[in-house]
Amino acid sequence: MTILSSGPTTSLVPAAPVAPVAPEGELVTFTVDGIETAVPKGTLVIRAAEQLGIQIPRFCDHPLLAPAGACRQCLVEVWAPGRDGALAKMPKPQASCTLEATPGMQVKTQHTSPEADKAQHGVMELLLINHPLDCPVCDKGGECPLQNQAMSNGRASTRFVDVKRTFPKPIAISTQILLDRERCILCQRCTRFSEEIAGDVFIDLQKRGANQQIGTFDTNVLGFAGEAPLGASAEDTSGRPFASYFSGNTVQICPVGALTSAAYRFRSRPFDLVSTPGIGEHDSQGSAIRIDHRRGVVLRRLAGEDPTVNQEWITDKDRFAFTWQSAPDRITTPLVRNADGELEPASWVEALDVAAAGLRAAQQPDDPRDTAIGVAVLPGGRLTLEDAYAYGKFARVALGTNDVDGRARPHSAEEETFLGHHVAGRTLQVTFADLDRAPAVLLVGLEAEEEAGIAFLRLRDSVVSRKLRVLSVAALASRGLERLSGTLLPAAPGTEAEVLDGIGTDPALAETATLLGTAGALVLVGERLAGVSGGFSAAVRLAQRTGARLAWVPRRVGERSAVEAGLLPSLLPGGRPVADSAARVDLAAAWGVDHLPAEPGRSTTEILAAARAGQLGGLVVGGLELADLPDPAIAREALDRATFVVSLEVRHSEVTDRADVVLPVAPPTEKPGTFVTWEGRPRPFPQALVSHSMADHRVLDRLADALGVELGLQTIGAVHDELDQLGGWDGTRVGAPDVPAAEPPAVSPGTAVLATWHQLLDGGRLQSGEPFLAGTAKRPVARISAGTATAVGVEDGGSLTVSTDAGSLTLPAVVTEMPDHVVWLPTNAVGAGVRDALHADAGHLVRLAPGARDLEASA
Amino acid sequence: MATTLTPVLTDTWDADRSWTLASYEDAGGYRGLRKALSLPAADVVTMVKDSGLRGRGGAGFPTGMKWGFLPAPDGGPRYLVVNADESEPGTCKDIPLMMASPQHLIEGMIITSYAIGCHHAFLYVRGEVLHVYRRLLKSIEEARAKGYLGTDILGSGFDLEITLHAGAGAYICGEETALLDSLEGLRGQPRLKPPFPAVAGLYARPTVVNNVESIASVPGIVVGGSDWFKSMGTEKSTGHGLFSLSGHVTRPGQYEAPLGITLRELLEMAGGIREGHELKFWTPGGSSTPIFTAEHLDVPLDYESVGAAGSMLGTRALQIFDETTSVVRAVTRWTEFYKHESCGKCTPCREGTYWLTQVLQRIEAGQGTLADIDLLLDLCDNILGKAFCALGDGATSPITSAVQYFREEFVAGTHTPADVLFPPENSSLFVYTPKHELAGVHA
Repeated sequence: MTILSSGPTTSLVPAAPVAPVAPEGELVTFTVDGIETAVPKGTLVIRAAEQLGIQIPRFCDHPLLAPAGACRQCLVEVWAPGRDGALAKMPKPQASCTLEATPGMQVKTQHTSPEADKAQHGVMELLLINHPLDCPVCDKGGECPLQNQAMSNGRASTRFVDVKRTFPKPIAISTQILLDRERCILCQRCTRFSEEIAGDVFIDLQKRGANQQIGTFDTNVLGFAGEAPLGASAEDTSGRPFASYFSGNTVQICPVGALTSAAYRFRSRPFDLVSTPGIGEHDSQGSAIRIDHRRGVVLRRLAGEDPTVNQEWITDKDRFAFTWQSAPDRITTPLVRNADGELEPASWVEALDVAAAGLRAAQQPDDPRDTAIGVAVLPGGRLTLEDAYAYGKFARVALGTNDVDGRARPHSAEEETFLGHHVAGRTLQVTFADLDRAPAVLLVGLEAEEEAGIAFLRLRDSVVSRKLRVLSVAALASRGLERLSGTLLPAAPGTEAEVLDGIGTDPALAETATLLGTAGALVLVGERLAGVSGGFSAAVRLAQRTGARLAWVPRRVGERSAVEAGLLPSLLPGGRPVADSAARVDLAAAWGVDHLPAEPGRSTTEILAAARAGQLGGLVVGGLELADLPDPAIAREALDRATFVVSLEVRHSEVTDRADVVLPVAPPTEKPGTFVTWEGRPRPFPQALVSHSMADHRVLDRLADALGVELGLQTIGAVHDELDQLGGWDGTRVGAPDVPAAEPPAVSPGTAVLATWHQLLDGGRLQSGEPFLAGTAKRPVARISAGTATAVGVEDGGSLTVSTDAGSLTLPAVVTEMPDHVVWLPTNAVGAGVRDALHADAGHLVRLAPGARDLEASA
Repeated sequence: MATTLTPVLTDTWDADRSWTLASYEDAGGYRGLRKALSLPAADVVTMVKDSGLRGRGGAGFPTGMKWGFLPAPDGGPRYLVVNADESEPGTCKDIPLMMASPQHLIEGMIITSYAIGCHHAFLYVRGEVLHVYRRLLKSIEEARAKGYLGTDILGSGFDLEITLHAGAGAYICGEETALLDSLEGLRGQPRLKPPFPAVAGLYARPTVVNNVESIASVPGIVVGGSDWFKSMGTEKSTGHGLFSLSGHVTRPGQYEAPLGITLRELLEMAGGIREGHELKFWTPGGSSTPIFTAEHLDVPLDYESVGAAGSMLGTRALQIFDETTSVVRAVTRWTEFYKHESCGKCTPCREGTYWLTQVLQRIEAGQGTLADIDLLLDLCDNILGKAFCALGDGATSPITSAVQYFREEFVAGTHTPADVLFPPENSSLFVYTPKHELAGVHA
């Protein structure tokens, strides 16, 4: 940890070393306003001037977008040596955003050149003639580059007394993004972002001259195909309704108030907002964000700037999905179930006493014949490192058990071995920067755009800028993969291991083998591979065979924290194996206890099965959505059956209904903490809002206290001190997984293998209360091949019912190029949760039938 | 000694069905190609370099030097793109040339392609001139049937295909990089330079973009030799060129003459200003070039002399206006054209032409102020040299030069409408029925 570091050793999750300054190539010496500077060859004058602290006004220029030279605001006077070596003035002022510095060049900005100053004033006046004077009601007013630079580099009054250009306003590009064309200065930042960065071109320049405008596309002109959003939207260039996961970035980089978000429009004034840096809590990418709040209410979130992680971009989910933290169903006081079986508010003292008594009873029932003995911990997958560490220590020290598992999703013992062998304690071995350098990247069980938005953008950047090859082992080529110009290695769910093992032997995969053998090649595996028997084993073998480096890219924000903090039944913090007595002794010494439980614990599924069978006395449950679990029905029964349930939650949930004691905890805005990215990079964030809510580690510390155990994790400083003291583990690690690939299930007529993954925007609880964002989610569809469709008797666009013994889902069928006898469903679309409705997951067999036309998704 | 006409490209325009391949061959066509194919490609480039041929599209850049900028062959394709998007107000040389003698252009394209190592040449013709498009299609077919195009041309082993492409009606696509974008199927807006087309042009490959007349002049140079070409024109502006006289002139039309001829000489050939009238102002090279007046009658029409006199030779589109013409009205129409044709990419051109038009319309209506004249000049200063491409610069030329020579007419625009000072029916060569109610005498 970098915070409050007092430890002598490497800490548990060390911060990334400061990147060495890139070795500079050939340097170019030139002057700006008489100040001599040396910059690497190819540096734009506007960047070099920035480094000298000289700000040249600009609009279209953006460091992460290709130069456009469109707005002409950054004009400077330039002198350069001619062929004879004599310094000569360029006849015209030059746009410094497109001009590379050359040796001996002398640049005079508005500070030293009356010509440059006049040119800038002239352009500014022209930009303003058609710009409305609606700053007092414009979202951008107060933080507007046009407003600011009009003050610094513009005329005090206008000479324009003529007719302004006007447009009907606004155009709703999607339910979230609105466009007021009369404010637009046509800098093309938004169109360049959508084309160069996100790759989902949905708006473009239309018409010409003074009528030029940013516009949307007309389905009647372009035809229609593909993924539609839930809400109304405009169409993209391919004629598809615009469904972008990155559209919010265009609002942020718009240098005027032309693009606004429906959620924030007219809600506040920038100068009333207090900004606190934060880290996105929706995925394992660890995007830097800025939380803008006013009087205790978060009004918006913006992308923070972090070149090592998210550059300046974030997903729309990280940007817009924050209302869950202040939802009306927030739990504000501890709750205790009374004699009538009703939850009623209680004081912390009372609630903790009741919880401690209940947990003690569950560990040692009064009745010796009671088989329900012991307490297990299910902390969920969204924890900060500090909270994850606290849950792990609480389980092992206060409850004396290794029955703790942070995996609230399909999981396997093979995965656990893989995490212990390859992931835990090996932080920052593959990073975002490696994506920028890799010659080829193989995605396995990972849908980058849906599950790892920033990695997707960085991969795409490399695909566009340096022809990175992306390959994906999946059931079908998603639009995200198409935008990575990716190659699909088709695999029916469950056969991924077979495909991985074929790389190097199967002639059809020879190119893949060659690519992965290139230095710097990467294999990124997703959490979904846990559902494939032998998948992780094959991935490890593949990495060893080809020399490609292997990284695990889970979806949820807390997955890597959980692995590092030891929230696995066989793993202690830092990759210490439970089974290793030296590791236990090391940790017991650090924790100041005599010994730690030596028996590896039970996994999430085993814990739930035990509780359902009456084999567990109590459960301590963190932020857990039962519908996320592999079989939500079993989970519900397990919690119903468990003698005593303590829930630590932000909001009222299904667990709350089944809990005996509910202890409210703070959402990320109301506590400081550290998220850990998939790379193992610590992402500390401060507390944004003043709050009485306590972080999980603090609540657990007090609960342990009530149990008579001192955890010593009351403050975040104490946690950090302990993490630093504890440090990493250089002893023996868990061995590599070696599970043979399972035979794929036999598919009988009328059945198919289920393929499924989460979409970025879906029915997840962290997206609730944000209708504008929800409207941009993709419309849930079922995808099947043409052959399967014919066999089932469903037409493209027709209704398909997918069922198991547990239930059914009916969705519109979309015929897609994919293997026969496979059906793809979004895992958790609104109203169509696969796990909840079917109790099935990727690789399981489901039945297919034509659906009744009038049926909506139903469980 | 008075300069005489030098019909080279126009020589056969009066022949029966001059546009056919047979007619062209009868007049000696395709001798240049045969000679060129017998020479090393580099010699053809040298020949054109030596001839001093300068781009006839307006900028006057030496054509051979442009070809020489291509990087060394790397095995990949290189392209010749001929700019036939002639759309400048007043410019009317390429379209008649392509109508009357299209094979001149096609032979030139084949020789040029051979010289630069191109096997697929593109001809981007203005979309509005459908008749020219059809004639060119037919001409390319004829040339192909005769073995001048296709594989192993005339047994030389040289292959070439020509693709004819019709533009979609944007003036900006005459700008070479916008043309390339348009040809690639993109929105026609100028590209950032560098890279220049010679390095990364069409489909990011080395590309030569030349004007129709430049390319059509190549066969003559190959046949006649560079010294023959240099025998015409001046030292730095060699050769023949089409001078397009239009407007208030007795016999408007194409006059092919050596560069360096004067308007006075051309007007003598054209029968002078229309009867009973006198020259008021004229454009030496289309509406984007600053206007001249009667005092410039003896300026030699070559690149250097016209430049020294404060304008540009441009496309030698000599629009002649007599004393019945309101300079304010003429300039306003031109400015409206630029406003309509501005591509919108950069601020100065997009917003500047929008504003200039409104100010000029006010002055034309007699409702301007003296401050408006200064505003016009200052706006032009804020556009000139600040825009992304030359369109913005061109839009300011007629305004600044008109104010320079005829400021009093702009001052009159503060109290009297232009159509009162200069009733439009006096300017017309035909019976004029105004479409709109006029502000002045008709009001």
